[in-house]
Amino acid sequence: MSFTRRILNAFRFTCRSFPTNCRRFCTSQSVMASRHTHAKRIEGLDKNVWVAFTSVAADPSIVNLGQGFPDIPPPSYVKDALAKAASVDRMNQYTRGFGHPSLVKALSQVYGKVYSRQVDPLKEILVTVGGYGSLFSIMQGLVDEGDEVIIVEPFFDCYVPMVRMAGAKPVLIPLRPKSGKKAVSSADWYLDPDELSAKFSSKTKAIIINTPNNPIGKVFTRGELQVIADLCIKHDTLCFSDEVYEWLVYKGHQHVKIATLPGMWDRTITIGSAGKTFSVTGWKLGWSIGPEHLIKHLQTVMQNTLYTCPTPLQEAVAQGLLLNYKLMGQPDCYFSSLAEELEGKRDRLAAILQEAGMSPVIPEGGYFMLVDVTPLNQDLSHMGDDEAYDYKFVKWMIKEKKLAAIPVTAFVGEESKEQFEKYIRLCFIKEDGTLEAAGDILKNWRNV
Amino acid sequence: MPLFQLIMARRLYANRTIGVDKNVWVEFTQLAADYKAVNLGQGFPDFSPPQFVQDAFCKAVSGGPQMHQYTRAFGHPRLVKSLAKFFSRVVGHEIDPFEDVLVTVGAYQALFCAFQALIDDGDEVIIVEPFFDCYQPMVLMAGGTAVYVPLRPVNGGSTVLSSGDWVLSAEELASKITPRTKAIVINTPNNPLGKVYKVEELQMIADLCIKHDLLCFSDEVYEWLTYDGAKHVKIASLPGMWERTITVGSAGKTFSATGWKVGWAISSGKLIKHMKIIHQNSVYHCATAAQEAVSHGFDREYELFGTPESYFQQLPATLHRKRQKLASCLRSVGLQPVMPEGGYFMITDISSVNVDLNDESTKNESYDFRFVKWLIKEKGLATIPVSAFFSPEHSKEFDKYIRFCFVKEKQKQWKKAKVIKQLEKQKRQEAAERAEQEESQSNKGNSCHLLIVSYYRPR
Repeated sequence: MSFTRRILNAFRFTCRSFPTNCRRFCTSQSVMASRHTHAKRIEGLDKNVWVAFTSVAADPSIVNLGQGFPDIPPPSYVKDALAKAASVDRMNQYTRGFGHPSLVKALSQVYGKVYSRQVDPLKEILVTVGGYGSLFSIMQGLVDEGDEVIIVEPFFDCYVPMVRMAGAKPVLIPLRPKSGKKAVSSADWYLDPDELSAKFSSKTKAIIINTPNNPIGKVFTRGELQVIADLCIKHDTLCFSDEVYEWLVYKGHQHVKIATLPGMWDRTITIGSAGKTFSVTGWKLGWSIGPEHLIKHLQTVMQNTLYTCPTPLQEAVAQGLLLNYKLMGQPDCYFSSLAEELEGKRDRLAAILQEAGMSPVIPEGGYFMLVDVTPLNQDLSHMGDDEAYDYKFVKWMIKEKKLAAIPVTAFVGEESKEQFEKYIRLCFIKEDGTLEAAGDILKNWRNV
Repeated sequence: MPLFQLIMARRLYANRTIGVDKNVWVEFTQLAADYKAVNLGQGFPDFSPPQFVQDAFCKAVSGGPQMHQYTRAFGHPRLVKSLAKFFSRVVGHEIDPFEDVLVTVGAYQALFCAFQALIDDGDEVIIVEPFFDCYQPMVLMAGGTAVYVPLRPVNGGSTVLSSGDWVLSAEELASKITPRTKAIVINTPNNPLGKVYKVEELQMIADLCIKHDLLCFSDEVYEWLTYDGAKHVKIASLPGMWERTITVGSAGKTFSATGWKVGWAISSGKLIKHMKIIHQNSVYHCATAAQEAVSHGFDREYELFGTPESYFQQLPATLHRKRQKLASCLRSVGLQPVMPEGGYFMITDISSVNVDLNDESTKNESYDFRFVKWLIKEKGLATIPVSAFFSPEHSKEFDKYIRFCFVKEKQKQWKKAKVIKQLEKQKRQEAAERAEQEESQSNKGNSCHLLIVSYYRPR
């Protein structure tokens, strides 16, 4: 117990014994302050890059390539399915806590095909509030105080606070650009196997990987995943694989599920997202897939946190999955048509950035692109010293150039900040008009 | 398929999941589904939300692309503004939409955020029984210790006919407060009992909260559902309570759309800010379209508040009738319902029903659990055992009650009545057999005999 707390407790005891003295010795402020202290678990977790940047970028006059959500419409059949679901009485009431039956069955079909194994809809799948909700259920269900969790940098920013909220220690390892080479593609970033191996200890509970990676866009190869798998098996750890961008992989690359490597199904939980799959981030539905002996602990967390996810949304996602399941492997399957559409946008944005003299890192997957802003040589010394360069750059760019991006050091730990602080992240799942507007701003960079 | 290999010599799952894995809903809804029982157990309407919110939802769905993308994490701006405007008027206190309101995935997640943000290892939380079952595991998961204080029927339970007859003893409540007590959880209208706390009862609780500087988590999801003129009072509106009370509400219960899972917490910004941290590190956003629809619902109700067109008048009026129907039905078979002053549920004393619960699988469970399972399996009727809403230390005292949800349409009610009539027929037969046996024995004058006699009293 903290020193302050002990003092205040003593005061409180005195107050109870001598009520008339209370007014003299205990101000209501000091007694209230002790009671209204927050739980320790949230200490240091208040900062959040999205809270910092999304409200600023909400201004419609700003060209927003920051937060990762589409401004292109979702496929009309999912919206229709939602309207249809909401018109059925039963669909507006509670459904099965661990996942609406038609949705878990559809997921079981789609992923049964992808994994080439039977996936039990009731025992091996949990539907959650977005991929985010899956990550939370995983950390709360399987990560304990004193555990260590290995996280690959740059990482989707919530991994670290979630690990810390679970009382565990994040152990970071950065992707590094291949030596002697300027990174022009996300494939130029790799994990050093020896460095990775050294991060495993007797306390390691799990490693979190994200493929395709946000923000770099790296798609881990089978060989790279095998290195990770070997270490997981050798050290008997779990693997949490965030694969929300699994369908967004561009030509020449293939998404590989680490859970399909030998010995990995039993120790891996794979996360997916309806928001990213169907361009409906505002539906906040995701799922965890894994073996029953792991999923059941996530289900325990679910039943004690929010109990069930919205019904009509789940029904609509189920319909969307079933429709595309029939089309899998064909060009008009949304899982592949979206990737094709995005590849065009990726290439357009890369060209825009190159024309403006910047150095984009072409992603193999996902819908983000890193760009090195060093060539712009922007002097930000007037903005003080207390933030990393990319934070200052993005804030300045939003204000002065009306273009929003996300600073990449938001995705790394303290020690790696210097390595990444000249990069900003741009999202390209945007209307062509939005990308062109960004292009105009960049073209006129030198103009006041 | 290779043999499952032992993974992790040390424990796989986190400490915080220990002891919170059992869940009465998961168990009983599965059972009800397996036996295709008429479900009067789980609390959800079997009718649709009102047309105006359904229309608002459809409009949102066919609205611009932003309706399907992330909105503001702590609550869709339109919704928090509608909630702040609506509840400022109710509470008599200016509510800041961006500081004092947090939108969550159902009231359930609002409760979760409150416990996680404010309850720490070693904190004690007082829970008034009977309690909505999630409070206890949430306290546990936050590292806290639950301390229980039961509502007790006045007159020892023999002539208890209304939820208003169940009261909290001020002395008993005060005696449970220790230096480690952090908060008290109340639920009004109460689930499962239906009690609507009167202002003097809330004042008693408020006095203790202020005296001992406690927080108050007030679960008010059924706030619009009060009957017989009972008035819902918000404890946060009492002097000195705004800054220490978190009030939880639910669109699901407000607009009969439990499947939308939109809820909220309203409190002083000083407390909400801690809950925001939990929220941003757990789900981060709630679904956009449903929030947009709920916002329109509240705007409409703001204009119609207190008038007969208000859904907040019409819904309780409809449910009032259903409540009466269920109560008469239960009384007609000799059961003793406790008339709820508010909420969706009615509990009824089943001690007068004598059935042979010949089910090996439920042998070690409490009476009401066994009875409910029997009722599902043998009679196709699902209810919920009330001892699930009591702590282990008090559940034995309250294991002769089952909970019915009456927020159901006519057809189901009739079917349910049929099931109860079957029970009635069975009871008559058994009672008749027993009466014959009784006559052949010496006169014992026991309560069973009296029960049989009372059963044959003319209606």
